[in-house]
Amino acid sequence: MTKLPQPKFGAKTAVDFLIVGAGAAGGVVAKELSTAGFQVVVLEQGPYLREGDFRHDELKFQDIYDPPYVGQPALTNDHGRQPNTFRKTVQEKAARVPVVGYGRCVGGGTVHFTANYWRFHPIDFIERSRWGPIAGTGFADWPVTYADLEPYYTKAEWELGISGLAGASPFDPPRSKPYPLPPLPVKSSGVLLERAAQKLGWHAFPAPMAILSHPFAGRAACVHCGFCEWFGCEVGAKSSTLASVVPMAENTGRCEIRADCYVREVSTDKQGRVNGAIYFNAQQRECFQKAKAVVLCANGAETPRLLLLSKSSLFPQGLANSSGLVGKFLMLEATAGALGTFEHPLNEYKSVQVTRVIHDFYDSDPRRGFYGGGGLDARFDFYPIGFALWALPPDVPRWGAGFKNALHNNFNRTMNVFAHTTALPLESNTITLDPEVKDAWGLPALRVTYKNHPDDLKTMYFFRDRALDLLDAAGAVKKWGFPVADVAASAHLMGTCRMGDDPATSVVDRFHRTHDVPNLFIVDGSSFVTSGRNQPTCTIQALAYRASHHIIRMAKTGAISK
Amino acid sequence: MSSRRDFLNRSLGGLSAAWLTLRSPEILAAAEHAHQAVRTHAQRTFVFFTPDQASEIEAVAAQIIPSDGTPGAREAGVVYFIDRALTSFDRENQDLYKEGLAELQKRTAKLCSPAKAFSQLGRTQQIELLQKVEETEFFEQVLIHTVMGFLANPEYGGNRDRVGWKLIGFEDRFFYEPPFGFYDIDYEPPPEKE
Repeated sequence: MTKLPQPKFGAKTAVDFLIVGAGAAGGVVAKELSTAGFQVVVLEQGPYLREGDFRHDELKFQDIYDPPYVGQPALTNDHGRQPNTFRKTVQEKAARVPVVGYGRCVGGGTVHFTANYWRFHPIDFIERSRWGPIAGTGFADWPVTYADLEPYYTKAEWELGISGLAGASPFDPPRSKPYPLPPLPVKSSGVLLERAAQKLGWHAFPAPMAILSHPFAGRAACVHCGFCEWFGCEVGAKSSTLASVVPMAENTGRCEIRADCYVREVSTDKQGRVNGAIYFNAQQRECFQKAKAVVLCANGAETPRLLLLSKSSLFPQGLANSSGLVGKFLMLEATAGALGTFEHPLNEYKSVQVTRVIHDFYDSDPRRGFYGGGGLDARFDFYPIGFALWALPPDVPRWGAGFKNALHNNFNRTMNVFAHTTALPLESNTITLDPEVKDAWGLPALRVTYKNHPDDLKTMYFFRDRALDLLDAAGAVKKWGFPVADVAASAHLMGTCRMGDDPATSVVDRFHRTHDVPNLFIVDGSSFVTSGRNQPTCTIQALAYRASHHIIRMAKTGAISK
Repeated sequence: MSSRRDFLNRSLGGLSAAWLTLRSPEILAAAEHAHQAVRTHAQRTFVFFTPDQASEIEAVAAQIIPSDGTPGAREAGVVYFIDRALTSFDRENQDLYKEGLAELQKRTAKLCSPAKAFSQLGRTQQIELLQKVEETEFFEQVLIHTVMGFLANPEYGGNRDRVGWKLIGFEDRFFYEPPFGFYDIDYEPPPEKE
C-alpha cells in the first residue's frame, strides 16, 4: 500500500478523537473513526516497529511475560521501567514482581500473540441467567448478546483476515458468513489431537487463526516459519492491527499515530468533560493534546490505572469512577495443560503454533460440581532455548549426558495440549495504584491484587486431566502435566471497567461510553463482564468494531458534544 | 498462565530475578557487538574473563553439555557467549561469576588436592564436584547461560557452526512446507458425519 503523507495535528487544535493505545482495539477504532471522516490522534506508549524490525532471534524477541523472560521487552511492557507489584489479598503488602504482560508497540498484543481467534459462544454473554448467581462473585450477564455482536465478529474476520473452517466444530456459534480464508495446513500435533479426540468421542476442528493461509488484501500468506507466538511476523501474514487496519487508518490522511507517547493523565474541563491527554513523549517531555472526545484502548490493566491516575476535584476517586468499580473484577488468564513426547518426529517448531482446537467442554456443566469451562488446543510454543530450560520431562537430568541426550531426542518429538479456562469475576481482584513503588516516569506502579475463585482451580484441574487423556489417546510415549496453581501472571487482561446498564454496578454502558463522562469511551479487555474462555482478542476486536459504529452514530448526531 | 509460570519458576530455582533487568537496547548492543566480533575475528579474545577463568567456565559448561561423540558446549563456543553476556546485557552477574569462580577454586583445592584448577580435574571428579554445587545460584546461572550460548543465534558468539541447533534438530530456515512432521504425512480429514 502506498502511504499518503501523514497528518501532524497541532497540540492546541482539538482533534475529534484522541485514542490511547494502538493495539487490538485501538487500531480498529482508529481505522473506523478516521474512515468515517473524523480527525484522530492515537497515542501509543511503545515504538512504531515495522516488519523489517522483527527477526528470528529468541534471545531478543521471545516475550514470555513469565519469569525469567519478562525483561526482554522488545515488543512488550518493560518491567524494569514499568514495575508491577502483586499481592493475593489486601491484607498482604504487595511485592515488586512482574504480573501483567501486554504488547507495547503499534499493533499492541496483536503483534506478538499466538493468533488464536475464537469467537465467544452465545452462552458467554448470558451465563448468569443460565446458571444463576455464584456466591461471592460478580458473575453477571453482559448487556450485549452474541446476536448483537455477530455482525462485528464477521466484520473483524473479513477485515483483518482470519483463517478457519466454518461449521467444522459442532459447537461453532452461528455465523452470517464463513471465514474469508481456509484453515492453515494441519501439523502433526493437530493430526494427533484429532485422532485422540475421535477415539474419545470428542471433536477437534481446524483452529481459527489470525494468520493468512493465502494472500489477502495485498498481504502475503504465512510461510510457516514457526515464529508466531512472542514474535512479530516478518512477512505481515499475522493479522495484527499493525499489518491490517493501522495502514488503512493512516491512508485516510486523517489519522496520526504518535508512537513512544506515554499518557499520564486524561484531562477534564470544569464541566466534567474530557478535553485531551497529558503525556510524555519519546524525549520524556511532557506534552498535551487537545481533543473533543477520548477513547481509551490501553488494555485491561493500563486503562483502569490511567483512570485512577486522572484524579481531580471533580473526580476524586479517579475519572469515570463514581461506581468505585474502576480496576475491580479483574480477570486474568487461566490455563492448564500437559506435555507429551511421541515415537516419531513432529517437528512442531515449524509453522503456526496451533492447528486444531477442541470445544467439547466449552460450556459449564453442573454435573462436574463447579462452574467453569474452556477449550483445548494442540500446540508447541517453545523455541530452542526455552525448550531446553522448561519443556523436558521432569525426570530428565538438568545437565550432563542425559540432558544432552534428551535435547537431541525430544525437541522434534514434543507437543503440548493447552487449555484456556474460565476465571470468575471477583470484586476483590483488582488493579490499583501502588502507594510506594513508582515507574520510570515517576508515576505510581500498577498494583495487582489477585486470588482465583476455587472453581477456577477446579476447572484448571479438570482441563489438565483432559489434556492428559488426549495425550494418552494420541499414543504419547510419555506425558506430564503442568502443576495447577493460582494465577499470578497474565497477558490476558479483562474486566476492570466492566460494561453494564446500571451506573452503580458498571463503568461503561452497552455502547462503551463511560456512565460518568459523556465524551469518554473505553474499548478494550476492560469492558468484559465475564472472561469467556480466556481467548479475548477476537471479542475485544468485535467489541471495537461495534463500539466504533455507535461512537460514529453518536458523533454524527451531536450526542457526544452535548 | 500461572501453572506454566510456576512450573518454569520451579525448574529454574530462584534465578529468575537475574533476568528482570535485561534491557532490549542492551540486547541490541550485544547483537551488534557480536556482529562486529564476527567481522573482526575478535571472538577469540575475552573481555571479562582472564584466560584461566575462561578455561574454568568452559570446563563447567562442557560438563553441562558434554562433547560425547557430538559437539557440546565447548565446540559451540559457549564461553565466548558468556563473556559477551557479562560485558553487555548481563553485566549485573559479573560479581556472581567472580565469586562463583573463587568458590570453585576453593572447593577444587579442598576436595581434589593437589589440583589447583577445576579444568585440570578428570571427568568423574568434575561431575562429583559439580553435583555438590548444583543447587547454588552460580551453577544455576552458568547452566542457563550455557543453554543460551548453545542454542541462541550464532551472532551472539555461541552456537558456532550451529552445532546446538544441529543437535536438537532445529533447521534454521525461513520457510517450510507441509508435511511438517511424521504424523501429518498423508493426512486425511475425518469423514464428515451426517
